[in-house]
Amino acid sequence: MFEKVLTRHINLPDSQRLANYEKTGGYRAWQKALKEMTSDQVIEVVKQSNLRGRGGAGFPAGMKWGFVPKNTDKPHYLLNNADESEPGTFKDRLIINGNPHSTIEGSMIASYAIRANTCYIYIRGEFVKEAKVLETAIREAYDKGYLGKNILGSGFSLDMYVHRGAGAYICGEETGLIESLEGKRGWPRIKPPFPAIEGVFRCPTIVNNVETLACVPYIIERGAEWFKSIGPAGGPGPKLYCLSGHVKKPGVYELPMGVNLKELIYEYGGGILNDKKLKAVIPGGSSVPVLTAEEIDVAMDFDSLAKIGTMLGSAGVIVMDEDTDMVNALLNIAHFYRHESCGQCTPCREGTHWAEKLLKKIKSGQGSMADIDLLAEVADHINFRTICPLGDAAAMPIQSFVKKFRHEFEAKVRKSAA
Amino acid sequence: MNIAFSDDAMKEFQEIVARYPNKRAALLPALHLAQREFAWLPREALEYVGRLLELPYSEVYDTASFYTMFKLKPTGKYHLQVCHTLSCALRGAGAICDHVKEKYGIGNGETTPDGKLSLVKVECLGSCGTAPVVQINDDYYEDLSPEQLDRILDGLKTEK
Repeated sequence: MFEKVLTRHINLPDSQRLANYEKTGGYRAWQKALKEMTSDQVIEVVKQSNLRGRGGAGFPAGMKWGFVPKNTDKPHYLLNNADESEPGTFKDRLIINGNPHSTIEGSMIASYAIRANTCYIYIRGEFVKEAKVLETAIREAYDKGYLGKNILGSGFSLDMYVHRGAGAYICGEETGLIESLEGKRGWPRIKPPFPAIEGVFRCPTIVNNVETLACVPYIIERGAEWFKSIGPAGGPGPKLYCLSGHVKKPGVYELPMGVNLKELIYEYGGGILNDKKLKAVIPGGSSVPVLTAEEIDVAMDFDSLAKIGTMLGSAGVIVMDEDTDMVNALLNIAHFYRHESCGQCTPCREGTHWAEKLLKKIKSGQGSMADIDLLAEVADHINFRTICPLGDAAAMPIQSFVKKFRHEFEAKVRKSAA
Repeated sequence: MNIAFSDDAMKEFQEIVARYPNKRAALLPALHLAQREFAWLPREALEYVGRLLELPYSEVYDTASFYTMFKLKPTGKYHLQVCHTLSCALRGAGAICDHVKEKYGIGNGETTPDGKLSLVKVECLGSCGTAPVVQINDDYYEDLSPEQLDRILDGLKTEK
């Protein structure tokens, strides 16, 4: 039987309070790390656990931490990425509202591991209430002596602050986030140098997602083997899946990594709204390739989804029923990326505009068969040709929708020709 | 408009600046604070924040104009931000916008003549499991029907 950890106590009253978090074992890992472990030992355990990033890219967290140089005079920084903005994703918000101390404790442990004395939680600006929840939780942690100078007599000091964004999807990209934190436009940086070497304020910086960090205390407390025993060894752990769109019971579900997508939709999500038939599913937030109804018998983990040509991404599952107009759905997504393109790279800035225009043309009955090919070609020319992955995120839905649902695009064109 | 922080806001501003190794990094939080104090960000507010942080107006504008939440134009007292990204669109965001247009006469980017209500369609608000979602000023209202929206707005209007 799978034991929920990330959400284990969030349905209890005042689950966001430090005292209630401690009642369920909270902050034991922080004390253990400070008193019994060196920074390098913490990194080693997280490496052993195979914890992979929950923000979208799935990069191994322990390996990332290991990139921080050992001998620099510069201060180090930990940035907790709470800029949750990928369409279809709303899990970090749940953690922040219901279990904020888990990601705060994880941030403390990660800061200790990378020898950072300052941590900023960068939260999207729209989450006004959530920013207050975090600020209150941080204050509780200071009062308890878990933050501040010489924490629990360990000699280690850490300050933690909440930093609000102001409405820009691109700031979820780690170097866009760093630029934004520095008070600038969220324009992603060319890498290298990677943030671990030169990040915020030109200092070594690690950026991790809220959920990734929320896993850390449990790994420290229970060990890497426990974590690895949940789901596939190549990317294990408890996982928050976001279910939205045409399902009966949308919401966040904590399940083992690798849960079957069909089971997630039909058993946990209660099936398709109004008992309609399923047409398509986007499994990992709007930027990953779409799946047809025939493709959903698949394990929701990094490697299984990669094998069928899509991605786990942020585990934002968007369900579309038989009546969904796929041209309209793609137009909605294309509009999003056009709006959120930061404007820095030409293929993305121009290509996302062009794609949206073509889709509007096809939708309104003015399109031709050549426009469908042109749309796919525009996407091909955005993909892998930009500084950051927003370009790929804009291109992948277009490529997959046109490939898998081409008949719907053609039907619109034929209808207009007739 | 008299553009200057109150004593309390100035104290808050000083606390914000102290969190960062340089003043520039305080720009986003300082703009949030200015917007809270002045309701929106006219040029004078951007210049004022620039003076406090030792930044030229051009750089403050460069940053402020990048982010959708910074209001470079005034909005209604109740600012309706209707999420219209995919999950909300699949669950009725269009009907919410149509209803606002029909009942209150405002479309995307418009404000009612009395300045009470404004509407803007926004990108994903990160609350897809409770779609459709509307953010009114700072607060999220989830799983909304047009009728519920009316009740909420009636409640807000009678509040003060």
